[in-house]
Amino acid sequence: MTELFPLLLEGTLVTIRITCLAALLAAALALLAATAKMSTLRALRWIANIYIELFRGTSLMVQLFWLFFVLPLPPFNVSLTPYTVAVLGLGLNIGAYGAEVMRGALLSVPRGQIEAAIALSMAPLDRFFGIVLPQALANAIGPATNLLIELLKGSSLVSLITLADLTFRANQLVETTFRSAEIFSIALVIYFVLAQAINLSMHLLERRLNRGVMKVSV
Amino acid sequence: MPHSNINASSIKSAVIGDPILRLRGVSKRYDKLTVLDNLDMDIEANEKVAIIGPSGSGKSTLLRVLMMLEEIDDGVIELDGEPLTHMSVNGALVPASASHRSKGRRNIGMVFQNFNLFPHMTALQNVAQAPNKVLGLSQQEANKRASELLDMVGLSDKLAHFPSQLSGGQQQRVAIARALAMRPRVMLFDEVTSALDPELCGEVLNVIRRLGSEHQLTMLMVTHQMGFAREFADRVCFFSEGKIVEQGTPEALFGAPAHERTQAFLRAVTEAI
Amino acid sequence: MNGATLFDTQFALQIMPALLRAAVYTVGITIAGFALALVGGLVLALLRRSRSRLLSWPATGVIEFVRSTPLLIQLYFLFYVMPEFGLTLSALAAGTLGIALHYACYVAEVVRAGLNAVPRGQWEAASALSMSPWDVYRNIVLPQAIRPIVPALGNYLVAMFKDTPVLSAITVVELMLQAKNIGSQSFRYVEPITLAGLFFLIISIFVSLLVRKLEARLRLP
Repeated sequence: MTELFPLLLEGTLVTIRITCLAALLAAALALLAATAKMSTLRALRWIANIYIELFRGTSLMVQLFWLFFVLPLPPFNVSLTPYTVAVLGLGLNIGAYGAEVMRGALLSVPRGQIEAAIALSMAPLDRFFGIVLPQALANAIGPATNLLIELLKGSSLVSLITLADLTFRANQLVETTFRSAEIFSIALVIYFVLAQAINLSMHLLERRLNRGVMKVSV
Repeated sequence: MPHSNINASSIKSAVIGDPILRLRGVSKRYDKLTVLDNLDMDIEANEKVAIIGPSGSGKSTLLRVLMMLEEIDDGVIELDGEPLTHMSVNGALVPASASHRSKGRRNIGMVFQNFNLFPHMTALQNVAQAPNKVLGLSQQEANKRASELLDMVGLSDKLAHFPSQLSGGQQQRVAIARALAMRPRVMLFDEVTSALDPELCGEVLNVIRRLGSEHQLTMLMVTHQMGFAREFADRVCFFSEGKIVEQGTPEALFGAPAHERTQAFLRAVTEAI
Repeated sequence: MNGATLFDTQFALQIMPALLRAAVYTVGITIAGFALALVGGLVLALLRRSRSRLLSWPATGVIEFVRSTPLLIQLYFLFYVMPEFGLTLSALAAGTLGIALHYACYVAEVVRAGLNAVPRGQWEAASALSMSPWDVYRNIVLPQAIRPIVPALGNYLVAMFKDTPVLSAITVVELMLQAKNIGSQSFRYVEPITLAGLFFLIISIFVSLLVRKLEARLRLP
């Protein structure tokens, strides 16, 4: 059994890395798209809406396949490595869902907070980054945790575009050793542990963000 | 949009004895509903004005348009002889730009019914925030000013507390300190005790009382606290349906109200106690 | 300019029938899977709320475990591992069962939230009227629990539909795999995958609209 570990460990590390990178991309996209969607400029709202509806309305697998199979072909001729496709696809997909979570969180900050900041003559940027965003983030943690776990689970699909993540390695091992029950079970347990790690770290983050803040459900 | 037939030449420059706040023909409408109806009002420097009236009469809206949280549809508001809601461009009055409004706001402070303290900051940070970010004071100077103000409102031992750790009365006192930190000329109090349990009102009213007697401040208060208004205000205005129905000294208005609506309101309020 | 165009509409029309057939197949899998997920989810929710720890603990364990792990590996498990324990399923059966079980766990949590939201007083009033527990559930509690969770259930229906491509990994020829096959046979990937993507988009929008209509009809005056 122990000879299985090195390969599974490699796969796990790849899974962790792409999950983290895609999460960062998704967070950035979520914030950008949410603010764009609430902007006064119609063009920005349009772009944000198209991005959100497109990536939420289509399947993650379709998006990954499109990036992997279609992009290299003419007329795009853009060949990305499986690694890049994985991070990009996962990030874009979860970012679209994240945008709606972020928007809900931003809207859930009580209007009185903004009015108090205006009454104190605070500039719009100071208002947003100092008053609104910190409170919004505290409210967003709950749904964001679920999205991160979805990201982790979605990362298993990258095995189908030849990226050597945990699922890929598990498959590889099953094909060579035929010990499907053990290997898939171990893989499931590893994913489960990773999901709990996400739960725990988000919980700690929430505690830190929530010093003194009263939560509003998004 | 306010009419542009009001032009800059009709605005006098400030002279001692002129009112500090001047409202001329101010109207505010929400769709079909007129909330402020062609209001004319002069407020003298250091005057303490209590504004009373039934809900929906436009009292809070008056404060909100003074603070420019909402735009007026007609009329002009002047602070110290200078247009507040408008600015003069080439001799004509146009609606004020965002930066003009922002500068004007620094002279006015507002305390809200629901406190609106920033929950993710301590009391000290709440009060020091605007002086630091808006007035450009260094963090040290801002903190110093903040702790002095919090000391003045009786909360020197609560500097590091978060709003959720403070009672309603304490939170409102922090809110007062926060507004004062900008050293405004005019302070607006929007039903600041209405959200408080009765036994917590006293501490807030005491702070307001001391502010009035120890500092040079023009104060406008929308309030349901008739007793406090009677004792503290220089002038009481009774508002109804967007207009001032009657105004005068507390003795005059409470003692011998001339209008029937004023009488009816005061009757209803005293019966409720 | 060589003959390669971005989107060959002629070719697209050619492959439409095959894609449509696969789309219908996919919709069928989704409907069957969702029906199973609803039933399974309801059962799991009731088990989890049970006062008997013998019932509630395993139910909680299953729900949390299945929700936190990838559908893909769960499908591999059903298709490749189960035969070793004597349960041989066809790709279609394994796929439908797998996706149903996966989403049953989501449905279970939503149903549980819905049941928890029904005020305690309802249970008490019904019991005071000597209604049997079964009747209490059926006539009093469930109707009140279901209404507010319809939007969430609708979202999961759409989500399940968008997850059906994962079944292609265990050789179920649903819409995505069909598109991929067409692509590898004809060396033109743009049309099939884009069309497949469009199908998903259109059908999910359609179902979302249906769910919102249902929500409106169920709303109390």
